[in-house]
Amino acid sequence: MNLIRLVPAKGRDPTMPDQARFPTIPPAVRVRRANLTLGQVPVFADLDFHAEAGRFTGILGPSGVGKTTLLRLIAGLIPPNGAEIGDDMGASLAGRVAWMAQKDLLLPWLPVIDNVCLGARLRGTPGGARGRASELLDAVGLGSRAKDRPDTLSGGQRQRVALARTLMEDRPVVLMDEPFSALDPLTRLSLQNLAATMLEGRTVVFVTHDPLEALRLGHRVIVLAGSPAVSRPIALPDEPWPRAADSPHVLAAQGEILRALAPEAAR
Amino acid sequence: MIRRLAAGAILLGIWTLAWLGAGRQSFMLPAPWDVANAFVDHWDLLAEHGAITLAEIFIGLFLGVGFGVLAALALALWRPAALWLWPLFVATQALPVFAIAPLLVLWLGYGLASKVAMAALIIFFPVASGFYDGLRRTDPDLLDLARTMNAGPLATLRQIRVPAALPGLASGLKVGAAVAPIGAVVGEWVGSSAGLGFLMLHANARLQVPLMFAALFLLATMAVILHAAIAACLRRALPWVHDTLDAPRP
Repeated sequence: MNLIRLVPAKGRDPTMPDQARFPTIPPAVRVRRANLTLGQVPVFADLDFHAEAGRFTGILGPSGVGKTTLLRLIAGLIPPNGAEIGDDMGASLAGRVAWMAQKDLLLPWLPVIDNVCLGARLRGTPGGARGRASELLDAVGLGSRAKDRPDTLSGGQRQRVALARTLMEDRPVVLMDEPFSALDPLTRLSLQNLAATMLEGRTVVFVTHDPLEALRLGHRVIVLAGSPAVSRPIALPDEPWPRAADSPHVLAAQGEILRALAPEAAR
Repeated sequence: MIRRLAAGAILLGIWTLAWLGAGRQSFMLPAPWDVANAFVDHWDLLAEHGAITLAEIFIGLFLGVGFGVLAALALALWRPAALWLWPLFVATQALPVFAIAPLLVLWLGYGLASKVAMAALIIFFPVASGFYDGLRRTDPDLLDLARTMNAGPLATLRQIRVPAALPGLASGLKVGAAVAPIGAVVGEWVGSSAGLGFLMLHANARLQVPLMFAALFLLATMAVILHAAIAACLRRALPWVHDTLDAPRP
């Protein structure tokens, strides 16, 4: 698998066959009976959510519907308030989740390479992290910028570093909250390809405003709408993944989503 | 440079006109050249007392910054401290330095210690306040990221909160550097046997107004150079903090 060649983790013997080198199949993500009220507004009422193991699941929906809240719930960043959150066996996801936000969240005082090592630095185990960090920087095409400060990078480059930092955590579940929404459309397309290559094989849940992004990256896509929010899967074109942005089927599906989500914008 | 020289020349012109308008009474308002003469005649005196005041300012700055940083960290690490200590810190700042100065002289004597304490006290608050504000305003998204990386509170403080608060500390430090001479000189006015404040008090009593002006100029020059030096050091130490007024981001 491509992922393993790019991300040799400590303790794995590179001479062993793939199956043995990646013994843990990534967990699925399951949320049951999520309830949340903000002020008087019911955001979730008994909402269920499921993301298949080792697949990309996209969450689409209008602003304020609770997409980010759902993701933060899965990440354990907000108290579950009675919801059951875990894998298919019901085991907790704690320590198995990596987080990638809309903002790149690079620390401006650290060189790029130390930003990639942030997790190891925070856990007090920076030893040996740098070697892997520079391999990851090479993989995202920024090997030559390792010693530069983040403020010398463009928005797309910064988000590449954030992707490398996310991969550095080497967690089986990756949660991405509108990871590429601040980028220009062309940079966004190329980062979508990069994310697909580098995160393939993990359980990825991503939130997006962009129907095209959901269509390109999602093995499964749900739309979250209403108050309290209701989730509903959408049909995806049968194309090789990651789906091409210029494929007529993808464009047609994009039009369908737009008609459903924003009827006033489509004619 | 030419503009600064021109500004200086204009100020000197206004000063001379004021001296002429006030009836050329050098014991009330000395002419620029009177002050220049005082500088030349009393240079050894000015240097001796200036060095003492400078030492008071530096030691006070060192102690004030040290205690300010420690106080801000204590407030951030131990929340009950914020409830009880912060009002106390604000109270120390609300009392005019002139009101505390006689007490400090009484307790710490006429020497260096009471002036250092005054300077430290006046520097402490802007440093503690600036740094504490910075520590409170860490980007919550960064803290979320740290939590998903299983970071402990101490590691988060050291790796994220403190570096992110350094611009706040820098602002406090710049204010502290600018007000530090107030503490030292007020201490000298209240009771001392040396320092620029002492020199001014005596020059004033003996109607040596040109000497008094010279001492004031020396004090102001020291304050401006100190502030500029600290600002320059901070710019070098925090290169990622962009001055969006003077040096737009490339």
